[in-house]
Amino acid sequence: MLPHFPQLNPILARLMLGVVVLLIIGTIVGAVLARRATSETAQATVANLNARIRAWWVMIAVFAVAVATGGIGSIVLFAAMSFLALREFMTLTPTSRADHGVLLWAFFIFAPIQYVLVWMQWYGLFAILIPVYAFVTIPGRMALAGDTARFLERTATVQWGLLACVYCVSYAPALLMLVVPGYAGGRTGLLFYLVLIAQLNDVLQYTFGKLVGRRPIAPTVSPNKTWEGFIGGTVTTVAIGTALWWATPFPPLVAGVMSLVITIMGFAGGLTMSAIKRDRGVKDFGALIQGHGGVLDRVDSLLFAAPVYFHLIRFFYVP
Amino acid sequence: MIERALARLARIIAGASVRWTVPPGPPEVQRVYFGNHTSHLDFILIWSALPEAVRVRTRPIAGADYWGRGRVRRYLATRVFHAVLIERGALASHGRENRGALQTIDVIAEAMGEDTSIIVFPEGTRSADGALLPFRSGLYHLCQRKPEVELVPVYLDNLTRILPKGEVLPVPLLSRVTFGAAMRLEPGEEKRAFNDRMREALIALRDA
Repeated sequence: MLPHFPQLNPILARLMLGVVVLLIIGTIVGAVLARRATSETAQATVANLNARIRAWWVMIAVFAVAVATGGIGSIVLFAAMSFLALREFMTLTPTSRADHGVLLWAFFIFAPIQYVLVWMQWYGLFAILIPVYAFVTIPGRMALAGDTARFLERTATVQWGLLACVYCVSYAPALLMLVVPGYAGGRTGLLFYLVLIAQLNDVLQYTFGKLVGRRPIAPTVSPNKTWEGFIGGTVTTVAIGTALWWATPFPPLVAGVMSLVITIMGFAGGLTMSAIKRDRGVKDFGALIQGHGGVLDRVDSLLFAAPVYFHLIRFFYVP
Repeated sequence: MIERALARLARIIAGASVRWTVPPGPPEVQRVYFGNHTSHLDFILIWSALPEAVRVRTRPIAGADYWGRGRVRRYLATRVFHAVLIERGALASHGRENRGALQTIDVIAEAMGEDTSIIVFPEGTRSADGALLPFRSGLYHLCQRKPEVELVPVYLDNLTRILPKGEVLPVPLLSRVTFGAAMRLEPGEEKRAFNDRMREALIALRDA
């Protein structure tokens, strides 16, 4: 007897199967390339590619388990990612000795409550907990601690960390709150589509950038993000996103627009996080762990995309 | 069992990555691991970062005034970490060595025996802002007693921010433990020259 997965509806099953087939192809291509690569730079590029593909296998496995266990699995998964991302963010941004109390609040009060609200599906408080309550609590608590040096910078740092790593990321599992009438993809279908498009866009922009990238968009921020990569990645992602309209509650044209929004927001999120990394003088947020990118490097394309995607669907498709 | 689980837990709490600038070396050599002292998590983290074969024969030196108090702390210190509890201030004594200080060195040398390594913090107390304080004389006197031991500098990054002096709850940030190359007390080396050399080796790891 097969285990009963209430959330694994036909649409999700087909999407996942598609991803697994893609990954199998990718793994084979990676293995072939690894044999052919002769020069040192080519070997390094292929090794990087294969590391990404391996990470993808892990991600799809984790994601499959999360989706198959229904809402709670996804919520726990994104809560863990928020926690790890916040940890990376706060490690690399300057805080003072007096901020200890505020940091404890961020990690142990605001972040957990935000995800409890997602679980409770309490939209009203979920949407304002961090922009309103954390926003006023953090500077108040810091003022009480008495250290006024670089006060605005320090409050902004903690507020920004919470907003980016917790508030924005929590919009991904919050998609489970949205019930679109007549949509067969279940509560996790919207989430899967978002993550799939955002990650596809990452991969395609990286691939196009490596193959034909010439002119960097913002050379002082990230020399790897090129116009060629951006345009090639966006066009391909939007094409795939439109072709997958049957997996969404949208007609083809709207699916294309949604994909475009996700890709542009994904790019903006990635570029913004690059600017922060550049400012802090690190290459990736996991820099303390050598050789690994951090969790924040993996979710940066979701940061801006998730809330915008959520609110577009909520505004236009949820009665 | 408990030890291995706790070692892993400590590394997770402190989000620690471990770097060896040179390989750890054979476990049977007696060593003194000395680190910069910024939080109560320090010796736990160094201890947990050691390879298991080394860890089982390594004992932290801890202040009895903190680790000897309270049942949980005492249990952890004596049963799990097998810490050598000493009266603080004795090992750390400045200038003229009183009898208490030399007695403490005796206690440590005895605890080391022929095959046990130790973890110490030559600053004697936790630094409030993460800056390295002047070294006290305990490490030097111990080396005079046991000149054959290897001295391994261990730099702890970011622990001041995780659990600053005076705080109870740690903020789960990331940290890093960096082990340096082993050194020895040179024949005829003066205390000040020795302390300077050890201190510089530790500082060099910060930027390594």
